[in-house]
Amino acid sequence: MSQIVLDKLKARFAGAVLETHSRFGNETASVKPESLLELMRFLKEELGFEMLMDLCGVDHFPEQPRFEVVYHLKSMSRGWRVRVKARVPEACPELDSVVSVWKGANWYERECLEFYGIRFKGHPDLRPLLLYPEFEGFPLRKDYPHKKRQPLAPLLKPESR
Amino acid sequence: MGLETALGDNWITTKIEFFINWARKYSLFQYPFITACCGMEYMSTMCSHYDLARFGAEFTRFTPRQSDLLLVVGTVNHKLAPILRKVYEQMTEPKWVISFGACASTGGFYDNYAVLQGIDKLIPVDVYIPGCPPRPEMVLDAFLKLQEKIQKTRLIESK
Amino acid sequence: MIKLSDTTKDLHTRYLSVMLGPSHPAMHGTIRMNLALDGETLIDIDVDPGYLHRGFEKECEDHTWNQCVTYTDRLNYVSSIINNVAYVMAVEKLLGIDSKIPERALWLRMILSEVSRVTDHLTCLAGLCMETGGFTAFLYFVKAREYLYEVLENVTGARVTYSWTRIGGVRWDAPAGFESQLRDAIKKVRPVLKDVHGLFDKNRIFLERTVKVGVISKETAIAYGITGPFLRSTGFSYDVRKAHPYLFYQDVDFEVPVGVNGDNYDRYWVRMLEMEQSLRIIEQALVKLPGGPVMIDDPRFKFPDKEKVYGSIEGVINHLKLVFEDVNVPAGEVYSYVESPNGELGFYLISKGGNKPWKLRVHPPCFPIMQSLPEILKGHMLADIIPTFGGVNMIGGEMDR
Repeated sequence: MSQIVLDKLKARFAGAVLETHSRFGNETASVKPESLLELMRFLKEELGFEMLMDLCGVDHFPEQPRFEVVYHLKSMSRGWRVRVKARVPEACPELDSVVSVWKGANWYERECLEFYGIRFKGHPDLRPLLLYPEFEGFPLRKDYPHKKRQPLAPLLKPESR
Repeated sequence: MGLETALGDNWITTKIEFFINWARKYSLFQYPFITACCGMEYMSTMCSHYDLARFGAEFTRFTPRQSDLLLVVGTVNHKLAPILRKVYEQMTEPKWVISFGACASTGGFYDNYAVLQGIDKLIPVDVYIPGCPPRPEMVLDAFLKLQEKIQKTRLIESK
Repeated sequence: MIKLSDTTKDLHTRYLSVMLGPSHPAMHGTIRMNLALDGETLIDIDVDPGYLHRGFEKECEDHTWNQCVTYTDRLNYVSSIINNVAYVMAVEKLLGIDSKIPERALWLRMILSEVSRVTDHLTCLAGLCMETGGFTAFLYFVKAREYLYEVLENVTGARVTYSWTRIGGVRWDAPAGFESQLRDAIKKVRPVLKDVHGLFDKNRIFLERTVKVGVISKETAIAYGITGPFLRSTGFSYDVRKAHPYLFYQDVDFEVPVGVNGDNYDRYWVRMLEMEQSLRIIEQALVKLPGGPVMIDDPRFKFPDKEKVYGSIEGVINHLKLVFEDVNVPAGEVYSYVESPNGELGFYLISKGGNKPWKLRVHPPCFPIMQSLPEILKGHMLADIIPTFGGVNMIGGEMDR
């Protein structure tokens, strides 16, 4: 349905688009992280993707590059949808922020930071959103233990499990 | 209570205790500390179908200073735990706590980095209501049990 | 004559910092807002969520595909069936069986989704009306919700968190008498809606508190990624059920109400009218509900009958494998979305083969709305937060996951 979007992306950013597919009806493009911001601006201004629907991080441990940031975009005027993915390495998990393109990306990037540790350059206010400032570590990484709790208030009896 | 210690432990103080406990149990001012899905069943219990008001717990006081029953409804996670502690400490004696739902009693099925495994790790609890979420009839039963507990409370130490 | 401004112009003043929440009657669960006030006027708001963060994603990565259905229930706990349906639809797409689900299961999913939508709007408006002072509407709406909870309890066995759908269909078929019970419930809900219309539509106090309060423009809403009644109240008509129909929404006749100004009053109206449209959908769907099985006839997903389990070795092994290992989903990723009462609820699943998800991301519809709240409320009065927040219908389970 939105195959035309992938064709236009490949025509304009031939070097940056690594792979595209349309499995399960979702048009997807994997891109290089360096050209992400320019590509997003192109998608918004020239192809009319006014809405950033979702932004999330994924941990592909133990593959390298380890982390991936996934963007879901929607064009309200033309009815297209596309998914854009960019991989970042574990040694330097940094990516350009798209807050300048879509205001709504602000909170999603903050959430991505606190759960995966991926930093977004150019974000106006990068601090944790859902977790408390005293929390150490990045819980959604595959190597964070499932049940490792960090209590904030003094407990009367220990949490046994 | 000065009058009772002066009178000693006899039938007069027993009658006074009976009367005071009767007054306390039939006028519970609740503070619903609502967090999650159990709040839906709490709303159902308070409203016309299941009507908690007929047991005396009529209106919710949304300030801990004016209430004597803390109802912890729903999951408490570690970010919220200091606030629950603060609210409990702001309540004046006598005070009771009901832990409403599986998440408040034991953490429910959320056994991970974020959730406090039961509020009794933080504050003393009088009645636990299991269920995910519990039916309104279970909540009413818990209130009746709490009222029995209040009725049996001794106000002075017996020698 | 000395004016007040003359006497105060040399005073040092600071903004008053107030923390609203997290345990507050109007904070629908738990969220904290740090306010900076100048008298009663809001200068700045910092929304601080996360007080109901329960580690949904981490839990789901450790449970099998069917076990995750119980966790999805607790996301938007006021309309749990819709979360179940959305999740199971995403997994079925990954498996490639979404065209093989029996029709009766799909129609039942649609009917109960619409019943859930009505319960969600009833709860949201009950909160909104109570907080502006009309406690009666709260009692009326909760009474109407009880009728629907009884219907849902008869089908699924639970009142609030159902865990009713399974991969490949649904768990229980509707019992005998379901249709007449649902029609009776609708007959009892409609007069309640009419009563509340009479109480609130032209009520001077309600109008003063909600008209032109919390206004958001179409462009701002789209820039933040807002969907659902919040976006429709600005005049932009986008409903996933019409734009990308799923289940059988293309076979029933309903309208999508749209507002004019994007204020709280429009959100109240959009939700009231959507409830009526949902009742219309349910009535049409009950007529078209076919008979048949409610679970796909595939031993990979369907539990065998008890006679086979007790009588044959194949039945025992099948049952054992389904209970211990559950469904195996091939590798892939999918983003599947439905129209939930708050907006577009999307599930982004990544599978790397095996019986547990690699990643289960939920796109919560109230997340972008809460993000836009500081921009909407700057310059308003302190008391305007309450009806605006009531119109947002923030559900903590969905927002914080």
